[in-house]
Amino acid sequence: MKGLAGTGGLIRLILRRDRFLLPAWTLVAALIPINFAAATEELLPTAADRMQYAGTTGTNPTFLALYGPLYSNDLGGIIAQRAGFLPVVVGLISVLTVIRHTRTEEEAGRRELLGATVTGRGAGLAAALIVTMAASLVIAVLLAAGMAAQGLPLAGSLAFGLQLAAGGCVFAAVAGVAAQLSEGAGAARGVAVGVLGGAFVVRMAADVGGAGNGLSWLGWLSPFGWAQRMRPYGGERWWTLALIAALVAALVAAAAALSARRDVGAGIMPPKLGPAGAPPRLSGPFGLGWRLQSRPLYGWVAGFAALGVVYGGVAGGVKDMVADNPELEEIFTALGGQSGITDAFFASAMSILGLIAAAYAVSATLRLRTEEAGQRAEPLLATATARLRWAASHLAFSLLGPAAALAVAGAAAGLAHGLNVGDVGRELPRVLGAALAQLPAVWLVAAIALALFGLAPRFAGAAWAAVAAFVVISMFGAALDLNQWIMNLSPFTHIPKLPGHALTAAPFGWLVALTAVLSVAGLAGFRRRDVSAH
Amino acid sequence: MTMKTPPVEVSGLVKNFGRTRALDGLDLTVEPGEVHGFLGPNGSGKSTTIRILLGLLRADAGTARLLGGDPWHDATELHRRIAYVPGDVTLWPNLSGGEVIDLLGRMRGGTNAVRKAELLDRFELDPRKKGRAYSKGNRQKVGLVAALASDAELLLLDEPTSGLDPLMEEVFQECVREARGEGRTVLLSSHILSEVEALCDRVTIIRKGAAVESGTLDELRHLTRTSIHAELASPPDGLPLPGAHDVRIDGTTITFEVDTPRLDDALRQLTEIGVRSLTSRPPTLEELFLRHYKDELAEEVAR
Repeated sequence: MKGLAGTGGLIRLILRRDRFLLPAWTLVAALIPINFAAATEELLPTAADRMQYAGTTGTNPTFLALYGPLYSNDLGGIIAQRAGFLPVVVGLISVLTVIRHTRTEEEAGRRELLGATVTGRGAGLAAALIVTMAASLVIAVLLAAGMAAQGLPLAGSLAFGLQLAAGGCVFAAVAGVAAQLSEGAGAARGVAVGVLGGAFVVRMAADVGGAGNGLSWLGWLSPFGWAQRMRPYGGERWWTLALIAALVAALVAAAAALSARRDVGAGIMPPKLGPAGAPPRLSGPFGLGWRLQSRPLYGWVAGFAALGVVYGGVAGGVKDMVADNPELEEIFTALGGQSGITDAFFASAMSILGLIAAAYAVSATLRLRTEEAGQRAEPLLATATARLRWAASHLAFSLLGPAAALAVAGAAAGLAHGLNVGDVGRELPRVLGAALAQLPAVWLVAAIALALFGLAPRFAGAAWAAVAAFVVISMFGAALDLNQWIMNLSPFTHIPKLPGHALTAAPFGWLVALTAVLSVAGLAGFRRRDVSAH
Repeated sequence: MTMKTPPVEVSGLVKNFGRTRALDGLDLTVEPGEVHGFLGPNGSGKSTTIRILLGLLRADAGTARLLGGDPWHDATELHRRIAYVPGDVTLWPNLSGGEVIDLLGRMRGGTNAVRKAELLDRFELDPRKKGRAYSKGNRQKVGLVAALASDAELLLLDEPTSGLDPLMEEVFQECVREARGEGRTVLLSSHILSEVEALCDRVTIIRKGAAVESGTLDELRHLTRTSIHAELASPPDGLPLPGAHDVRIDGTTITFEVDTPRLDDALRQLTEIGVRSLTSRPPTLEELFLRHYKDELAEEVAR
């Protein structure tokens, strides 16, 4: 076929550009469930343990919604359920990969450069789809081999692997279609991720009520539902594979047809026009800051709300899970008994939310540098806008954005847990308080980014290294047995373990003071230095 | 401020970027109401100068005055009275051109809606397109409309027409003439010589961070050579021509360039022989400019 000439060359180009990324995510996606096997076997050694697990945790509505139904009580079935979120992850990575190698290339004009050589019109799309789907199949093979090697039935292991591959292939094809629709890579990504989210929500709605509920037919409307209903280790239903293959084939055909019909660089949907003039609220740096940063903030807040609901929903189940396991129970009882278990869970959940909020705060703060390096700050600063006012228009998001996100997450978690235990009045303020208690640490991380921006703009990206270091300290510090002075480097180490612990004001005081010092230093540095893209 | 204060007054300006010296004692004066051409090869320090005038960069030595104020300390107040167009206008991908024009205008202290509409029409710019959809030339138009629609008394234009087609270049030149007609002052950095020749009252040529020539085009021409092409009564062999360069003789015709102050002597020598016809042409700006370039090339070769 002439339209596919040069596909081989483009495949090599993609493999070369993704030579680290592609093997990395393929391996990680396969290794996570393989690791579940050993951990689950240790946690639930006997058939009786597994039966009990299946009756409690495995059919808890939060688990059902997040991971899908439990099709069998044996080891394989339990692992397959726990890995139920992975097809979504593989699907998401596939979407990002396909868009990156199709529409992003076109938008950047690099596709045109290649299009002038001997490459067919469909070659770019074909190469991106082939590489991404092949990676999904590699995951399937690795996972099947890894599970079978641990003594699990081969048929079930294969179905388990194909579940993940189904998510990857279907959403690679969805992204292939989305990439034809609009001129902007951002919009194409949005369409494909939106379809993915929709498919996940439909699957959640189908499964949340448990086996045989009135809505379980909804599962047949979602590719994730089809993949789930392949029932690995629970009497495999191979014919669902045919459904998935047919969907992939139809989507690929649609993408190819759309691609053959349009111009390089153009989309099927006409580009959206904006207003001919600015609305009144777009009149100054703060209006612009809101315009540039509000949409990402909505996304983060929505994500935080979802995480809050999940944490709040699972919190009650943590107690059950521990009750199943006398050893764990002993550990948690030492922490303060029944309520101590839930409190400890919330404390660590809120600390994770704090770290995620810190990542948001850094991205909001470094927007200053992005704008400067992209030469978009220059024309603004050439108007009657003082440097500090411009900086403040973005820093408002570093300050208030994490507060909004954490407040929403804390409220959602407190509400969900309060409804579960029938005491919203008590749980909501406790959990909300625990979430907001992370703020001083989050602000300190933002202040580190601001100080770098003001004093060493070329190294502003190092703020991400600080975030990564604090994540390692918080998540793995204890497991790695790090020295206490290293642990103390992270501001999150100093936040009291709320709820359930005494609230001490001292750490908040000095965290805020340090934040103020770093912020003043950063702003003073920015006021004195050259504004430059380099 | 009286009208006599030069809107731009720079002397001995020095700016270093690490070990590179971008400006090396630059002098530049722009008089009120004039269009001042700022000429120089790439990397000679034009943009650095303009960025110092905008208070974006801080000078290491020397003085710079903008509209009678200090461009670094009084930046915010001064910026109400100026408009700036960079050589590479970058836009936010999700803001329409019209939004950017209004935003920049309001941040400067107000836009003139009538003039905006008129400029959009003249530059044939669709303000509804999003930033990512504009070509290079159209992005440049967004910056030009935003600046020209303002009531700024000083326009700082840094190679503003890069990427514009010849028709739009013409529109731009009309707009600059109108701005001068309204009594506004323009500093136009450029390396499009025809543009400078067509628009500028005075010109400063900058090389390696220092001004090498400054004055009206006539003054600059006077400092350089005039081209002479003459047909004589007899072959001019052995004719002494003081101050002449590139002399070419073909029978009775002679072509040469002469240092303009010595034009008088050269013509006297020619009339000795007898002149049948004579054309003299003042140097074009291009020749002026290239002469400075060539000096630089020669220096580099010599090194």
